[in-house]
Amino acid sequence: MSKRTQVSAVVNGDPVDFLTDPGATLLDALRDELGLTGSKEGCGSGDCGACSVILDGRLVCSCLVLAVEAEGRRVETIEGMAEGGRLHILQQKFLEHAALQCGFCTPGILVAAKALLEVNPDPTESETRYWLAGNLCRCTGYDKIIRAVMDAAAELRQVRV
Amino acid sequence: MSDVLERPASSAPLDDGRLKIVGTRPIRPDGVDKVTGRALYGADLAMPGMLVGKVLRSPHPHARIVSIDTRKARALPGVKAIITGADFPELADEEYEAGESASNLRDLALNVMARDKALYNGHALAAVAATSSAVADEALSLIEVVYEVLPHVVAVEAAMADDAPVLHDKLFTGGLKEKPTKASNIAKRNEIKRGDLAAGFAEADVIFESRYDTAATHQGYIEPHACVASMASDGQCQVWSSSQGQFMIRTYCAKVLDIDASSIRVTPAEIGGGFGGKTTVYLEPLALALSRQSGAPVKMVMTRDEVFRASGPTSASVMTVRLGAKADGTLTAADVELKFQAGAFPGSPVGAASMTALACYDIPNFSIVGYDVVTNTPKVAAYRAPGAPISAFGVESAMDDLALTLGMDPIALREKNAVHDGTKASYGPTFRNIGYAETLEAIRSHPHYSAPLGPNQGRGVAVGFWFNVGGESTAAVNIAEDGTAMVITGNPDIGGSRASMAMMAAEVLGLPIEKVRPIVADTASIGFSMLTGGSRTTFAVGMAVTQAAQKIVEDLKRRAALLMDVSVDQVDWIYGAAVCTDVSKGKADLSLADLAAKSGQTGGPIGSQISLNAQGAGPGFGVHVCDVEVDPETGHVTILRYTAAQDVGKAIHPSYVEGQIQGGVAQGVGWALNEEYVFDTGGVMENAGFLDYRVPVASDLPMIDTVMVEVANPRHPFGAKGVGEVPIVPPLAAVANAVRGAIGKRMTSLPLSPPKIRAAIDAG
Repeated sequence: MSKRTQVSAVVNGDPVDFLTDPGATLLDALRDELGLTGSKEGCGSGDCGACSVILDGRLVCSCLVLAVEAEGRRVETIEGMAEGGRLHILQQKFLEHAALQCGFCTPGILVAAKALLEVNPDPTESETRYWLAGNLCRCTGYDKIIRAVMDAAAELRQVRV
Repeated sequence: MSDVLERPASSAPLDDGRLKIVGTRPIRPDGVDKVTGRALYGADLAMPGMLVGKVLRSPHPHARIVSIDTRKARALPGVKAIITGADFPELADEEYEAGESASNLRDLALNVMARDKALYNGHALAAVAATSSAVADEALSLIEVVYEVLPHVVAVEAAMADDAPVLHDKLFTGGLKEKPTKASNIAKRNEIKRGDLAAGFAEADVIFESRYDTAATHQGYIEPHACVASMASDGQCQVWSSSQGQFMIRTYCAKVLDIDASSIRVTPAEIGGGFGGKTTVYLEPLALALSRQSGAPVKMVMTRDEVFRASGPTSASVMTVRLGAKADGTLTAADVELKFQAGAFPGSPVGAASMTALACYDIPNFSIVGYDVVTNTPKVAAYRAPGAPISAFGVESAMDDLALTLGMDPIALREKNAVHDGTKASYGPTFRNIGYAETLEAIRSHPHYSAPLGPNQGRGVAVGFWFNVGGESTAAVNIAEDGTAMVITGNPDIGGSRASMAMMAAEVLGLPIEKVRPIVADTASIGFSMLTGGSRTTFAVGMAVTQAAQKIVEDLKRRAALLMDVSVDQVDWIYGAAVCTDVSKGKADLSLADLAAKSGQTGGPIGSQISLNAQGAGPGFGVHVCDVEVDPETGHVTILRYTAAQDVGKAIHPSYVEGQIQGGVAQGVGWALNEEYVFDTGGVMENAGFLDYRVPVASDLPMIDTVMVEVANPRHPFGAKGVGEVPIVPPLAAVANAVRGAIGKRMTSLPLSPPKIRAAIDAG
């Protein structure tokens, strides 16, 4: 067994230190070391998007990032999306549009959708569908998810104006 | 876009037109947990001192297990337990009824852990528990298994051949007039017949016949199977797991390990999708056995590779369908033969596929013969309307060709032969309160059906049927001291059932929805319920919830009468308050909160529990229309537009009914276009991951329009029918029929992958 490595990072705005096996993924560290189980493992191979997090501003599958690569970097997960007790507009719209059933893919889709709206505040339906094509949902057929994201985008644009 | 069509003529007992909550769209009670990452699924629980459990799986599709030597693995530091088939009791060959499907317990136990033979690539041979994932992996690599590799068979017709390798030397084909003397992979032949087939075909002006095949597909839930289990030294067991039924997990663990059911407490985790695939056990008995040996809690989580190789899928199939009709479209005869792959043990859904195949049609003469065939592939598990999408693909494709041959509109042909109230269904009972005609009409009159099509585009129609079930269910309603309510049920919430449970209780109690909290309880905290499956929960558990709430209302009226000092027949319950109907008495209304605060004076805590066996689940019918465009260069199919109409009885929470329909359509589209198990010649699945087993992604689909037809089911207090399964039945054929329209060729083999479509176009 190789020795564990200490990693210092900023997760959801807070500084954290954790020990990790050199082969462990960022997803493993988030879930097992930091207790942030909102990011899910659906495949472990970057195909389902359930583990989506934002690493230094970039949307990644945390199952494809080594935990040691988080050293000195900023990680945003689903647990940091609501501010205090206040839901993000995307979270609120997912509830209003019934854009989730089992909810397992929901954290990853919300994180991915937030990343979309940061680079494209006014996405078309096609742009939204292609951006979220890396996030599998087996329950909803995506219809209500796409509507919720586009509705959230519209509301965020109003807030900005 | 969504529409609701109502037929008020047959309304349900409690639907008096004054419903305040049922039929509205409140935010689901578990929603905030799910959008914030708080909701805890199977893999999200950690217990102190917990070990990691992993499974050694067979690399061969068919092999005799000569020996398993675990000594080197046991010697590895950090390894705390190792189990093989020898650690489990030998079980009797008995059937156990559980929800939609019966399970043979011996087969179930052998599927969980092989004994003498490995029957598919991925079959569990041994399991270890260790202090870390890395140690567990190393331990697996140190287990030495000696195999005698046997010839294998994957394809269903190959497995039926006389010279096929035989999986089970004591399996003799059931359902034959004479018991065979030779073991066979054909576990069972089933047959449903009516009238005189030969006479029916002799009457026909047109006869159409074709052969169809479908590939094995996986349920594809995004959450892999996962559990944490602990067995203490006194034999008391705790299981936390993601499944479609905590009582099912309890039963199967008790049987496989020979433990009293009452010694196993199963707590349901949130379930990350099931679609039928989580109606059985894989990991839980192993985790308990590892915990028993190690003395520590054990967590087991499947990889996606394991999910594909060792859980699910549904059957691959080969079918023939022969239809006879008069020139005016009247069906005179139908002859259907279904051959279904069961995987390593008997139990494909060919029985349900047979019963549903012609359920939408009133045909005087028919024969449906089904074969349940074992193969060296994972044992199939239930998948949403098990079997029905497969037989519907064959029958609905044939109906489409029949309509073309007759020059009839495809909906007109179906209307001409549709079942109605009073029709004796092909599978036996007489239909009552069905909304099939209304559902056909909903699509015929929908703007989608008459919208223009462009070049390389086609439109397909298909219909589908599912029984829906009721069954044993328990629900409790307890009133808190402030007059708010808890609704306690024993059914995992897959698609929003907690919302519908709370809504039905709130409607009866007259409380705002926010004052009613639904929970899904562990097996020690609520009475037995059959698992979440068969589209039964909103119907059957909803019936228990409604009756429990009604019982409370009766009790509240009694309590109010005591406090008001009037007789109980002078008290009514109106929108959450007891009202004295005799105005002359001048009694103030008593709200639920008032009555709860004074419960000590009127008999103590307010609560009720109802256990029932719900009967009268209304069958469901769906009619779908799909537009596609086929790229003639690549053979790629794009779904341009999709509209699904379904008789839902009464939509308790319309958004989640729409969601069920949309989700079923998406899965059906995947089944039609992309999804398939691909095996190499060595019997190993080549595409055991989401990159190569391609489920539909957001960019593959358009919005999916739904039309909820509400023909009430009078057996349910609010008129509900099951809705979750019907929507996966029509899409396979709806897509194939649309492709037929686009390319002018009939595709009879699923999935309709680009190479197949190119080949069909190139064939000219």
